[in-house]
Amino acid sequence: MELVADRTAAEDVLLFVNAAIASTGQREFHSDADAQQWSMEFLHEYMLVNYRDLYAATLTLGVNDRNAAAIIMRLLQTGRDASVAQRAVEGRLIAKSLAEMPTNRVYHLFTALRKARVNNRRTRAIIREWLVNRPDPAFEAVKYRSAFQGAVRHAHLKVDDLPAGEMDAFLFGRQAAGRFATPLFESWRRAHFDRRAVFELPYTVAEGFATKHRIKRADFLEQIAPQLTRGERLRLQRSAARIGAAHLVADVADLSRMPLTRLAAYVLALTVEEREERRLELTDALRAAALRVAGLRAGTWGRVAAVLDDSFSASGSSEKRRRPLVVALAAHFLLRELATDYRPLWLSGGDDPLMVRARGVTSLGERILDGLETRPDLLVVVSDGWDNAPVGMAAEVLRVWEERLDPEGRTAVAHLNPVFDAAGLEVRRLSPTTPTVGIRDAEDLPELVAFARFATGRTGLAELRAHIEARVARRLTEETPCST
Amino acid sequence: MQHLTFDGLQTRPGQVWGGIRLVPLVRDEPITSLRLHPNGFSEEPARGYEPRCCYSPHGLVAEWTDDGTAVPALGTALCMPAKTVRKSLRPKTKLERRTRVHFVPHQTALEAFIPLTFKRPAIAWKAWSTRAFRVPPPAQERPYAGYHVEGLADALRIFEIHHGQCGVLLYVADALAAAVVTPHPDDYRALHPTLVEDAFGELIWRYANLHGDVPDSRVHLDASSIDTIADLRAAIDAARREWTDFHDGVMAAGLLDADYVFTAEYQMERYTLQRFRPRFEPGRETHVGEAITADDGRLAYLRTFRLSEAQARRGRLLQALAENDWNLEATAATMGIVVPALAARLHTAGYGHLLRDDHLAHHLAANRKGTR
Repeated sequence: MELVADRTAAEDVLLFVNAAIASTGQREFHSDADAQQWSMEFLHEYMLVNYRDLYAATLTLGVNDRNAAAIIMRLLQTGRDASVAQRAVEGRLIAKSLAEMPTNRVYHLFTALRKARVNNRRTRAIIREWLVNRPDPAFEAVKYRSAFQGAVRHAHLKVDDLPAGEMDAFLFGRQAAGRFATPLFESWRRAHFDRRAVFELPYTVAEGFATKHRIKRADFLEQIAPQLTRGERLRLQRSAARIGAAHLVADVADLSRMPLTRLAAYVLALTVEEREERRLELTDALRAAALRVAGLRAGTWGRVAAVLDDSFSASGSSEKRRRPLVVALAAHFLLRELATDYRPLWLSGGDDPLMVRARGVTSLGERILDGLETRPDLLVVVSDGWDNAPVGMAAEVLRVWEERLDPEGRTAVAHLNPVFDAAGLEVRRLSPTTPTVGIRDAEDLPELVAFARFATGRTGLAELRAHIEARVARRLTEETPCST
Repeated sequence: MQHLTFDGLQTRPGQVWGGIRLVPLVRDEPITSLRLHPNGFSEEPARGYEPRCCYSPHGLVAEWTDDGTAVPALGTALCMPAKTVRKSLRPKTKLERRTRVHFVPHQTALEAFIPLTFKRPAIAWKAWSTRAFRVPPPAQERPYAGYHVEGLADALRIFEIHHGQCGVLLYVADALAAAVVTPHPDDYRALHPTLVEDAFGELIWRYANLHGDVPDSRVHLDASSIDTIADLRAAIDAARREWTDFHDGVMAAGLLDADYVFTAEYQMERYTLQRFRPRFEPGRETHVGEAITADDGRLAYLRTFRLSEAQARRGRLLQALAENDWNLEATAATMGIVVPALAARLHTAGYGHLLRDDHLAHHLAANRKGTR
């Protein structure tokens, strides 16, 4: 009985981790946003009630930012149910996660906490701790003004504790304040009546003032260009070209420092002609980015084959455009660097990764057999798991392969699935014996392939728990933890 | 009396979404000398008459060449001379041969062509003809647009089109609802989304609403006989063939095994447009539709509509009448019933107005007395 319960627990945890890595609550090819959110909410609730300590520990397992925020939110909401020891670990994990989360996500979380009226002592302490340790509070106070103000109020924070001056006047007494000594505050104050000051503000804030001053979009983009972040600059390139903001367009995106998956998404968003034109530049950038991710592991993985899904379902949805294809492309370049001998197998049969398009059927079975034929050390399958030509062929091929053709298991097979299947409440598996893990960014691929050994469903909870606890311990000792 | 065949078309594994199963048909070699376009209106401005805004709900255009060379894809050719209809008031086209025809929209085709295939009464009764003009046609079951068939829109959206796919068989709750075949893969790609605008019978709509998910037809390989990779490949091929045989022999049997009456309607060089209807045998699937066949027997275009039971019954009745030259006594004799019973059937089928009122009343009364 103990064993069954153990195995169920291990499966539950894995299922949740996979889902929390892959799902972003956005629309997918097969399911809409509501279904995704509903399924994820159910999984969160289930984990929280049944395996609270493991639930908190999943924060160290690379779950995506949205789900990390959801975990933190739930933990803070239900602090009463946790023991003192649990609360101590949770507090440190939360502080650690918040420090690594993108700033906008954190403010979003604080706003959600405020709206949900979660205002226990621990929550206030965590918010205070995070706000006091910000490197540039003045900038954030301007950029995220209402969320910042809400968080300060919600945490009962003394504004003077913040390391920036004039905060009190900026947040709560603008009318009476007069001029500010802090330059950004002063620009913000002047932007209310002075068009020139608008361009000294961060882009998102300036956008609102530009509307107020009726500044033309083209002029606005031209002049705000120095304030843009890298992501904003990239995002605005095409619309700038459309409305004729030549200055911004001429300022070609710097591809050399972009992360691998982001770069792959950028490449696939270009038209086929442009990809052809810039083939050398794009390939070099992708390779360099992959090499940066591979680091010391480059060329250590032996013979690797990869089955990469470029079927029509890899086109994602209007909210996650081509996401599965993006992950497959990034994985292709990363595996190329990691392996000594690498064989990519696209489902469409194409051999030009830069020109991939999401088209055609998912006939995984035959492609997997093509990959296994040369008996590589590792076969990686990047696919959403909707094997449909015919249904279940991949499962059968893998089963027969394991039973008859490779009983010693010399070839390891790992399935990475970028899509959470809301109806099935899990990332879709290829076969019961093949490890399947969710993937969000291709950068996590090495860790996920290592983690995949747990995902066969054959390892017990004890082993998994040991792994997770080791992760937690390592994570918490990386730097001096914040006291909560 | 002929059969429909899928010569030159191969069945590929179907894709299931909820209660809908879509089975793709892939052509070995696409037909290039006949093409279909979703709509060709805008390319044909006629002299003196330039349509500014045309609405052709789901009407297709078939285009072919005289000498068997490839038809250019829509939008890539120079503007072709316009079509003219015989006896039309529009000016005649200068082109000697016409290379384009416009299909009537699906819905209109259903309403107009099904009655046409049955011979009209050979004797022209004046009273009947005036009445036929004055009184609207008998109430028919309303065809349902694909939008209203539960799950069809989603199933079409997520369907992954095969390389070289030229057709699809659409099953609702594993009952064959429609079959579509196009000459060229590009045509299919263009027409695939329009399937949701097609009309479906009440039967199909009901099935879609009432039945749950249909099972995936999962493959199973026998592991015990596989020792090498070549064996495994052979097993995969065998599994594929097994599905094809099962599908063509069992699932599509209702469409492929039935006898059809073909009526040739239009000749376009090597291609013949035909309409077909089944023999209306009780207890069988009844599919009617249009097909274009090449002179070598290949199926270039096919579009079918599945009649519901009530429609099939009506078809049976009309057929019996047409075969007996609309003679009530003879028809009743071939059907093995008495005349009042036949009149009652005509009445319930909505064709009561074909009989004179007093005769109808007399027969109905006799029928009531007889059944009592």
